[in-house]
Amino acid sequence: MLNAKIPDGPLEHKWASYRSRTPLVNPSNKRNLEIVVVGAGLAGASAAASLAELGYRVKCFCFQDSARRAHSIAAQGGINAAKNYQNDGDSVYRLFYDTIKGGDYRAREANVYRLAEVSANIIDQCVAQGVPFAREYGGYLSNRSFGGTQVQRTFYAAGQTGQQLLLGAYSALQRQVGTGSVQMYSRHEMLDIVMIDGKCRGIIARDLITGKLERHFGHAVLLCTGGYGNVFYLSTNAMGSNVTAAWKAHKRGAWFANPCYTQIHPTCIPVSGDHQSKLTLMSESLRNDGRIWVPKKKDDNRKPGEIPEEERDYYLERRYPAFGNLVPRDVASRAAKERCDAGYGVGASRMAVYLDFTFNMKRYGTVEANKQGLRDPSEEEIMRMGKAVVAEKYGNLFDMYKQITGEDPYEVPMRIYPAVHYTMGGLWVDYNLMTNVPGLYALGEANFSDHGANRLGASALMQGLADGYFVIPYTIGNYLSGEIRTPSISTGEQAFADAENNVRDGLDRLTGIGGNQTVDHFHKRLGKIMWDKCGMARNREGLGSAIGEIQSLREEFWKDLRIPGTQHELNPELEKAARVADFLELGELMCHDALHRDESCGGHFREEFQTEEGEALRNDEQFAYVAAWGMNGKNWDLHREDLKFDNIKIAQRSYK
Amino acid sequence: MSSLSSLFNSSVGKKFAMGITGLFLVSFLVVHCAINALIFVNDGGETFNRAAHFMSTNILIRTMEVVLFLGIIWHIVQALVLTGANQKARPVKYAAPNTGSGSAWYSRWMGLLGTLILIFLILHLRHFWVESRFTGLHVPAMIIDGVPHDNLFAEMKSVFASGWVVVVYILGMISLAYHLLHGFQSAFQSLGINHKTYTPVIKNVGIAFSVIIPLVFALMPAAFYFGMIE
Amino acid sequence: MNITIKVWRQKSNTSPGEFKMYSLSDVSPDMSFLEMFDVLNEQLVRKGEDPVAFDHDCREGICGMCSMVINGQPHGPLRGVTTCQLHMRSFNDGDTIVVEPWRAAAFPVLKDLIVDRTGFDRIMSTGGFVSVNTGNAQDANTLLVPKPDADEAFGAAACIGCGACVAACKNASAMLFVAAKVSQLALLPQGKVEAKSRAERMVAQMDDEGFGNCTNTYACEAECPKEISVEHIARMNREYLKAKLG
Repeated sequence: MLNAKIPDGPLEHKWASYRSRTPLVNPSNKRNLEIVVVGAGLAGASAAASLAELGYRVKCFCFQDSARRAHSIAAQGGINAAKNYQNDGDSVYRLFYDTIKGGDYRAREANVYRLAEVSANIIDQCVAQGVPFAREYGGYLSNRSFGGTQVQRTFYAAGQTGQQLLLGAYSALQRQVGTGSVQMYSRHEMLDIVMIDGKCRGIIARDLITGKLERHFGHAVLLCTGGYGNVFYLSTNAMGSNVTAAWKAHKRGAWFANPCYTQIHPTCIPVSGDHQSKLTLMSESLRNDGRIWVPKKKDDNRKPGEIPEEERDYYLERRYPAFGNLVPRDVASRAAKERCDAGYGVGASRMAVYLDFTFNMKRYGTVEANKQGLRDPSEEEIMRMGKAVVAEKYGNLFDMYKQITGEDPYEVPMRIYPAVHYTMGGLWVDYNLMTNVPGLYALGEANFSDHGANRLGASALMQGLADGYFVIPYTIGNYLSGEIRTPSISTGEQAFADAENNVRDGLDRLTGIGGNQTVDHFHKRLGKIMWDKCGMARNREGLGSAIGEIQSLREEFWKDLRIPGTQHELNPELEKAARVADFLELGELMCHDALHRDESCGGHFREEFQTEEGEALRNDEQFAYVAAWGMNGKNWDLHREDLKFDNIKIAQRSYK
Repeated sequence: MSSLSSLFNSSVGKKFAMGITGLFLVSFLVVHCAINALIFVNDGGETFNRAAHFMSTNILIRTMEVVLFLGIIWHIVQALVLTGANQKARPVKYAAPNTGSGSAWYSRWMGLLGTLILIFLILHLRHFWVESRFTGLHVPAMIIDGVPHDNLFAEMKSVFASGWVVVVYILGMISLAYHLLHGFQSAFQSLGINHKTYTPVIKNVGIAFSVIIPLVFALMPAAFYFGMIE
Repeated sequence: MNITIKVWRQKSNTSPGEFKMYSLSDVSPDMSFLEMFDVLNEQLVRKGEDPVAFDHDCREGICGMCSMVINGQPHGPLRGVTTCQLHMRSFNDGDTIVVEPWRAAAFPVLKDLIVDRTGFDRIMSTGGFVSVNTGNAQDANTLLVPKPDADEAFGAAACIGCGACVAACKNASAMLFVAAKVSQLALLPQGKVEAKSRAERMVAQMDDEGFGNCTNTYACEAECPKEISVEHIARMNREYLKAKLG
């Protein structure tokens, strides 16, 4: 049994009492304590900035050329906060409840409640930084709704909320860089952690320009390195998003929790061909105004406009009348897959469904016509005005869609299909966000903590910033207060030298294979195995064979890979190869975890475990736990953290 | 004072200087053009010569003449400094030309246009200013109300009898037109004036100004050459 | 489609570079421009040659990492589109496409098409922020912002920091980038407090980095993938002049 170090007391007082009681580090001691932050996305940038503001000496690393480019920037729709500005019944408890339920009762209550509690502070902080959230005419902040909720609690900045939040955090970070409190290392990739006397004491990073390996000491190391969706090759992640930092930590003893929980996002632009390198999301916010449908007839070849209303199947509204098009992502994705598998898909590949804005364009157009006092407006006038309203809300997304597909979504419905988007699993952390390795923390998507088996829309931004701005500044004191007598350790120590040599040898091994195939060749094959057998639907047989296939693919990789150049130069192929090498190991663990979890929950859908209506069937008796895997040679040991629900009645999730 | 010197050492300050001196030169053009346009009264140059006489004897105007030259020199020196720095900012040029319509050609070629205007200006000063201030005109004075006035009108007539001079003047005015087409609105931008309502007005005024002033100037040599003014 | 690309190859910052020609057949019009480079690199690796190094990450037009000058235009021929969102259907069968890195003294080439844009970060660290520590903030709705101001600030904040403005400017000036941040924060009540000193500090750093001077050609606005308006440059000029003359 794992000890998550959850504070005692009633749920709503846990965080407050923790903050009052946790040991503090006095300002002069903070100046002597060094913290390494790996990753500069929402979690990393906010943590690095906040810790530096407190007085700690911070080093921050990112592989991109600037901290402003982390993939948090691509989040579109918004960020949740229990502000209840809309007076529609929201509260900290309701946000907590929605998140636990949305996560299919596989998240830790205390963490989620804390997340809901600090959510409101995040909005305050971001506004103070100058984040230009959408506003109403009165100057007040605007809200919209997102999947899996019945209140309007999502704050947004057009379709670029992630960008604006990240730039806010980045500006806070740059401010600290300017004062010298943070040393920024861009174009640096962490390739190992350094362990001394059972504690994490630093990292080995590669300068991606020169190829030089560097040693960096830290009293604590924070991994804020995002998710591992790119194990599927095609995903909405950035090309560089990777699991390497977390995986290296895993290999040094950190446990990896719930790796099989993968979020497949329902509204992405479908794959167009073999050349495709990544998938593009169309924000979930579009489901506020778009209706999802397929033809009622199989293999219907008519154009969408030619299919009359009564021959359309608005399957989400049909199956889930209470939430309709705003069901959570896992539910919407599976429903789309079900329709397409049954032969009702649309588009050339038949692997897509329509997301149609006509209905709401008409509705908005009519409202506008009334506002402008137009009598008997023509259909065309109404549609023109309706399109303008939709353009103001989602213009950038519509443009992006047109750019990618060559089709105009104002005229024809969007074609969408689910795609890998987010990974709920990650390094196991306790209430302090510390992994089982002392001194090693994981924040944001890199940890497993808050979303259970399925993340609700607009919650990732919330969690990343909560961890960085409002959790770690308190919880890290809990550990560092015990480290004030530890002087900075010289990077000349043997442990640093060993770790560096280990990294160097690993890179030499990669460049030395001298085979015939490119990195992408292997990555694509791994992605296909994962998508087919560990994707939206999984079963015992498929997972079993996937494990074997991945093992043999890995063997092939290490025999037949070709990388030009050496490790002593800017070498993007080598960077990719090192990441894919880790994905090839992670993929196996994911299948392993999916195979062991004999139930369906959230993003993990095992075909053997479903209700008669095709909904996920949990097994709370046996699987209401976090599966944290520790590496043990070539195998993994399971460490269970049982989940207790004292404040929520655990039930079958229903959005009907 | 330190903030003033740091202003003019900064990129924004240098733009500001270009804009201010540019607008000052624009104001000079208005005066110059208005007075010279008096030749079109076609009264044998009497009105024009009276005005020119006033301009050359008024102490305020003579002072402003010095300021004007300082303005021109500042404008040119600043332009040279900026051009030099800008050249250094892109040591390796692009191989492919930008064929898109990203910016107007005359905006990109302000330096060249300015150089053409300068060449014209030197010729122009030699024709009129040097003569009237220092060497004396080639033509006899005109007696108006018993007072001898420099007969700049006759001087113009004699200078613009030459075809190549007229061509050079017209080319100079075309350069000026394009220089103004960019410079007029650009000066306001450099001074930090950009407003949803007023900037379109400034732009239109700028276009009108850039066409009308050089056109009126260009008509002068042409009119003399073709004998439309006696 | 058959496409020939003429691309800048340069081993490192210190070595000289040159153009090289590569032919590609079977290019799909649905491919993105960068996916075409993926295909090219795949071929080069198989032939044992060094693949073309280029910056890219999100491939959805928001991270600002991709940076190619395509036929003389930063991010290629389409308005309001980054290189990664440019698709091959914008070109014709048989085209020869010239691809170069951003060219500016302040953006030295690191390898092939990759340049060093850390100057932007240094500018940001001198003033591209509101000086507010975590935890200082009051309730978000106590700070009212008129919607037009919020919208205009958002327009400036949409900057992705790609550097196309610098690449497009004949003077390699960074005015649009710097102005976008100065203007965004000057428009908002929370940023007004430091508006003048921010403009002063950021302009000083911009000048130190070796960017050229703005001559108002507005090529930056035309090539900016987020179509950021030069009005923001005027606002920065205003803030700057207020700081120096006010």
